[in-house]
Amino acid sequence: MSEPSTATEGATKASAPPPAAHDHDHGHDDHGHGDAHHEDAIHAANPHLAHHFDTPQQQFDAGKLGIWLFLLTEVLFFAGLFCAYTVYRSMHPEVFVYAHYFLDTKLGALNTCVLLISSLTAAWAVRNAQLAEKGKLMLNIVITIGCACTFMCVKYVEYSHKYHDGLLPGHNFQPKEQIWELDSFRHKHPEAAEYAEKLAKLDEKKNEKAPAAGAAAAKGEEHEEKMERPTEEELEPLIAAGLVGPRSLDPSAHISRPRMAHVFFGIYFFMTGLHGFHVLIGIGVWVWMLLKAMKGQFGPNYFGPIDFTALYWHLVDLIWIYLFPLLYLIH
Amino acid sequence: MASPTTTADAAIPQAKGADDNYLTHDKGFASWAFTLDHKRIGVMYLASVLTAFALGGFFALAVRTELWSPGKTIMEHDTYNQMFTLHGAIMVFLVIIPGIPAALGNIILPLQLGAKDVAFPKLNLASYYLWVIGCLCMLTSLVTNAVDTGWTFYAPYSTTTQTNVIPAAFGAFILGFSSIFTGLNFIVTIHKLRPPGMTFFRMPLFVWALYSTALIQVLATPVIGITLLMMMVERVFGLGIFDPSLGGDPVLFQHFFWFYSHPAVYIMIVPAFGVISEIIPVFSRKRLFGYQFIAISSLAIAFLGFLVWGHHMFTSGQSVLAGTIFSAITFLIAIPTAIKIFNWVSTMYKGRIHLDTPMLYALAFLWVFTIGGLTGVFLAVMGVDIHLHDTYFVVAHFHYVMMGGAITAFLGGLHYWFPKAFGKMYNERTGRLGAIIVFVGLNLTFFPQFILGSRGMPRRYYNYLPEFQGLHQLSTIGAFTLGIGFLLTAVSLARALKSGKKAPNNPWGSVTLEWTTVSPPPYYNFHTPPPVTAGPYDGYEDLVYDDKIGGYVAKKA
Amino acid sequence: MTLNLLALAEPQLPKLAPSDSFWLPVDASITSRNIDWVWEFMIWMSVLTALAIFVAMFHFVTKYKAKSRAANEIAEKSSEHNTALEITWSVLPLFVVIALFVWGFKGYVDLRTPPKDAMELHANAQKWKWTFDYKCPTGGYTDDTLHVPIDRPVRMLISSVDVLHALYIPSFRTKMDAVPGRYTDLWFQATKAGDFPIFCAEYCGTSHSDMLSHVVVHPSGEYEKWLDATCKAADSEVGAPRGAKLFEKQGCSTCHTVDGTPKIGPTWKGLFGKSESLAGGATVKVDENYLRESMMDPTAKVVNGFAPSMPTYKGKLSDKDIDGLVEYIKTLK
Repeated sequence: MSEPSTATEGATKASAPPPAAHDHDHGHDDHGHGDAHHEDAIHAANPHLAHHFDTPQQQFDAGKLGIWLFLLTEVLFFAGLFCAYTVYRSMHPEVFVYAHYFLDTKLGALNTCVLLISSLTAAWAVRNAQLAEKGKLMLNIVITIGCACTFMCVKYVEYSHKYHDGLLPGHNFQPKEQIWELDSFRHKHPEAAEYAEKLAKLDEKKNEKAPAAGAAAAKGEEHEEKMERPTEEELEPLIAAGLVGPRSLDPSAHISRPRMAHVFFGIYFFMTGLHGFHVLIGIGVWVWMLLKAMKGQFGPNYFGPIDFTALYWHLVDLIWIYLFPLLYLIH
Repeated sequence: MASPTTTADAAIPQAKGADDNYLTHDKGFASWAFTLDHKRIGVMYLASVLTAFALGGFFALAVRTELWSPGKTIMEHDTYNQMFTLHGAIMVFLVIIPGIPAALGNIILPLQLGAKDVAFPKLNLASYYLWVIGCLCMLTSLVTNAVDTGWTFYAPYSTTTQTNVIPAAFGAFILGFSSIFTGLNFIVTIHKLRPPGMTFFRMPLFVWALYSTALIQVLATPVIGITLLMMMVERVFGLGIFDPSLGGDPVLFQHFFWFYSHPAVYIMIVPAFGVISEIIPVFSRKRLFGYQFIAISSLAIAFLGFLVWGHHMFTSGQSVLAGTIFSAITFLIAIPTAIKIFNWVSTMYKGRIHLDTPMLYALAFLWVFTIGGLTGVFLAVMGVDIHLHDTYFVVAHFHYVMMGGAITAFLGGLHYWFPKAFGKMYNERTGRLGAIIVFVGLNLTFFPQFILGSRGMPRRYYNYLPEFQGLHQLSTIGAFTLGIGFLLTAVSLARALKSGKKAPNNPWGSVTLEWTTVSPPPYYNFHTPPPVTAGPYDGYEDLVYDDKIGGYVAKKA
Repeated sequence: MTLNLLALAEPQLPKLAPSDSFWLPVDASITSRNIDWVWEFMIWMSVLTALAIFVAMFHFVTKYKAKSRAANEIAEKSSEHNTALEITWSVLPLFVVIALFVWGFKGYVDLRTPPKDAMELHANAQKWKWTFDYKCPTGGYTDDTLHVPIDRPVRMLISSVDVLHALYIPSFRTKMDAVPGRYTDLWFQATKAGDFPIFCAEYCGTSHSDMLSHVVVHPSGEYEKWLDATCKAADSEVGAPRGAKLFEKQGCSTCHTVDGTPKIGPTWKGLFGKSESLAGGATVKVDENYLRESMMDPTAKVVNGFAPSMPTYKGKLSDKDIDGLVEYIKTLK
C-alpha cells in the first residue's frame, strides 16, 4: 500500500514540527500550511478514518494490535476452563471415560467440518474486502453466517437429546439410559456390554427382593445361592471397558456409574455453552459486517473490520478444534 | 476544511473560540452520556469512583463502629459480615482498580503522550458503561440480601450461603471486562498513538506505570472472569468443580482466584507509583533520579506479580515445594519496590522542595508505603506467615498498601491534575490540612491493627476477646479521623469547582506534555501538537514563575 | 497445677495469657522459638530501614525547602543517575531477603513436618464449633476443648464437614485450613502447661468469630489421668445427663437453644411431642424416630422457616449418644 505510507510521512511532519521551525499555528483551523492541510486531505479522502488517527495505516495497526490483545484475553478466559478440565480429569479419569460414550461423535465431527469451512470463507472474505470485491465478499460472509447457524442448529439437536436423556449437570443428572445400552459403547466393547446387562438384571432382581426379604427369608435361601457372582475372569472385559475399577474384583461388584459423572456434563455444557455464546456473538458481528459490505464500505484502505472479525472467528474455530477431541474423543 | 460534509470530518471537533474547552464544548446530558472524548469519560469515571468511595467508606465506618466493643455494638453478626464484604468488594472492584487508571489515566494519559485521544474511544465509553452496569449489579446485591462471603468469594462458602452472591459476583465479572477494555485501550494507545519523537524512554513514568498496569489488566483479569462465572454456574446448577460435596476442589478456587487477585494488587498499586513519580520531581524542581530503573522496575513488578499467587495460600494445605517457590519469588518483588522508594527519596536530594498539597500526599505515600512494603516482607517469610496469615496483621498490611498507597497517591494525583482537568485552583490551606488529617488518621487506624494481628486477632471477626478492645478503639478513632479528612478534602475540591480561582496553564512548573496545553484542555487536546525533543523531566530551569498569572511560563531567551 | 475441668466444660471466652513480648502472644511450643527470633530480627531491620528512609526524607524536606515560587530557585546540579548506587541498593536488600527466605523456609519446613512418633488427634470443624476426638478403650470421646500433654509432639488431623475453617493456635504460632473433602494437618509440641486460645482463622459465616476453643496443656503425667477419668465418666453416664453433655460437646448448642428462642435451628424446649410443619408443606409429629432421623439425615425433613444447614451426625453419635440426646430433649418441657 503505497499511498498510506507516504501519508504517514506527511502526518509525521504535521504532528511534530522540528523545534527550530518558527512557532506558527499548525492547528486545524489553519488552512495556510501544507502539513495540516495534508492531514485534512487524508481525512477527507478516507471517510472511515477516525479523527484521532493520522493515517489509515495507523488506524489499521491500532485495530490489529487491539484485536490480538482481545483474542489473548479470550484465550486466557478459556484457559481457566481448560485448566479446570485438566484438574478434574486427572482427579477423576473414570468419569470422563464413562461419560464420553453419551456424546454423539458424528454430530461433533459434522460441527467441526462446518466450522472449518466457515473459517475458510472468513479468510477469503478478508481477501475480497482488500480487493474491494463487493459481490464475492458478501457471498463469503453469507456462507460464513450460514455455517455458523448450521453449527448452532446441530448444537441445539445435541442439547435437546441430552435434555431428553436426563444428561444434565448437577442435581438434574438422571440418565435414562445405562451406558451398556448405548450403541457407542456396544460397538466398542460388545462383550462387556452383554455381561453388564446380565449383571444389571441380577442387581435388579436383588433389589426387587429386598423389600420382601423379611417375609421370604426362609424360602429365599435357595434363590440366594442361585444368584451368580461374577468371577475375576468374567469381570475382565468390564475392567477393560472402564465400567468397574480393578478394586471391584470384590465379588459383590455391580455395575454403576461413577459417582461424579454429573460433573462431566457440567463441564460439557459449560464449555460448549460458552463456546456457543461466542458463536452467537460472531453471527451478530458478521451480520453487521454484511450490512457494511452491502454499503460498499470496504476497500484497500479500509478492510480492518472484516480482518478483525475474521481473526475472532478463527479463534472461535480454534477453540472448538480443542473442545472436540477433549470432550468427544476420550480414550 | 476541504469537504466538511463527510462523516469523519464532522467528527473532527472545531475550536469555537478562546474559551472553548472540553468541558464547555458541548452542553447537555447527551453530550456527556454519549461523549467519546477521553477527558469527559475520565471525568465521569472520577465522579462515579468518588461516589463509590463514599459508599465503601460508609461501610468501613460502620464496621469500625461495630468493633468499638466486643459483641454487639450497633449491628448483628450477619449484618456485620455483609458490611465488611461490601466494603471490600466496593473498594477493590469499584474504587481502587479503576481509580487511578480509568479516572486519572483517562484524563491525563493521552495528553501526556501527546495523542488526540485513546485508540478506541467507543470502547472507552463502553468500559465506562460496563463499570456502571457492574456497579448496579453490586447495588442489587446490596439492597436485596447483601452478599456475605468476603470480597474473596471463597468456595464452598460462596456456593452454599443463603445470601445473594450471584449479583455481586456477576458485578465483579462485568467490572473485570471494564478493566480489561481500559487496559487494552491504553496498551494500543501507547504503542500506536505516540507522536514522533515520543520514544518509549521519553514517556513520563505515569505512562510507564499505566502501561505495566494495562498489561496485568489484560493478562490476569480474564482468569477471575471465568472463575467467577464457574462459581456462579456452580451455585445455580451444581457444577461440582469447587464444592467438595459435589466432588469439586475448593483449593482450586483459591488458585484461580489469587492468580488474578495477586496481580490485581499491582493493578492497584503500580499506577500509584506512576503518580508519585510525576509529583516528586515537579515539586523538587529536579529531574527524577534513576528514571530508567523506575520504568523497568514497574515492568518487573508486573511480570513477577504473576508468579506469586500461592503466597496467599501457605496455610491452605498446598505442598511445601509450591509454598517455597511462591515465597522465593515474592521476595524478589521486594527488590524493584525498594529501588523505587530509594530513587524517589534521592530525587529530593539537593532539590528545591515546594510543600504544596500534592507533595504532601507524595511524602505521606513514601511514609505509609515504606511501612506497607516492609510489613509485606514479614508475610513473605513462610514460617512467620503461618502465624500472621488471616490475622489483622494482614489487614493492616494491605490497608497500608491499598489505602495508604493507592488512595493517597490517587488523592495526590487528583490535587496535582485538578487545575489542569477543571481549570480551577483549590484552596491550598484546606488542601494541605486535608492531607495532614488523612495521614494522621491513616496511621492511627491501621498501625494498631499490626499489633492486634501479631498478638493473634484473626480477621473478619465480629466478636473479639476483651484483651483486644483498647487497640480496636484506637483504630476506630483513627477511622473517624480519616473520614473527617476525606470530608474536608471533598468540601475543599467541591468549593474549588464552584468558585475556585482560574487555574494557569502550568501552576506547578511541570514539564510533561499535558501542561503545555491550556487549562482545561481544548476538546482536541492541543491547539498545536507539542514537539517532543527531550526526556520527560528535562527543562525545569527553562520555566519561570509568573506572579501575575500564578503559574509558570517559558523563560524568555 | 490443678485444672478445674468442670469450669472448662462451661462455654466461656478463652483468656490470653500475659506475654513478655510486646508484639507476640506468649510462646508455648518448640517451633515458636524459631519463628520468634526471625520476627525480632525483622522488626529491628524494619525499624532501622524505615527510620533511615524517614530521616533522609525529613532531612531533605527541611534542608532543601524552597523559599517561595517567586524566588524561582533552581535545584543544585547533582547527578540524576548513578549506576553504582542503584546496584548497591538493589543487591544489599537482595542479600537480606535471601537470608530471610532461608530462615522462613526452615521455620516453614519445621512447622509442616511432624515427627514420626507424634501422637495423633483429630480436629473436626463445622459451623461454628471445634470438636476434638480422643480414643478411649471403649470407643471414642468427643470434646469441644483440645487436651494435650506437655513435651510430646502432637499431630492434629483436621477435617471440615461444611465450608473452609482454619485451626489457629497463636501461642503455638501455627495454623492450618480445614478443607471439606480432604484432610489437612499441623503439629506442635507444647512447652508450657496452661490454657491457650484457639481461633477459627478462615472466614466461615455468621458465627465465625464465636468459633473459639481452648487448648489445655496438661503437665507431665496429667494427660493420661485426665483421659482415663474422662473416658470412664463418658462411658458410664446414660440418659438425659449424657445428652446434656453432648449438647455442648458435639456443638448442638451452636445452632439450638434449650430456652425457647429459635437460633439457626429450632429450639429444643418443648420440642418433643410437638407437631412441626415442614418445608415441603407436610407436618410431622416430633417423636423418637423423627429426632433420630434428624440427627442421621438432617436435610430429609427440615422444619419450615429454617435453612437446611445441619451436618449429619451419622458415625459421630453412638446409639447410646442418640438415646441420651432424645432423653435430654424429652426433659426440656
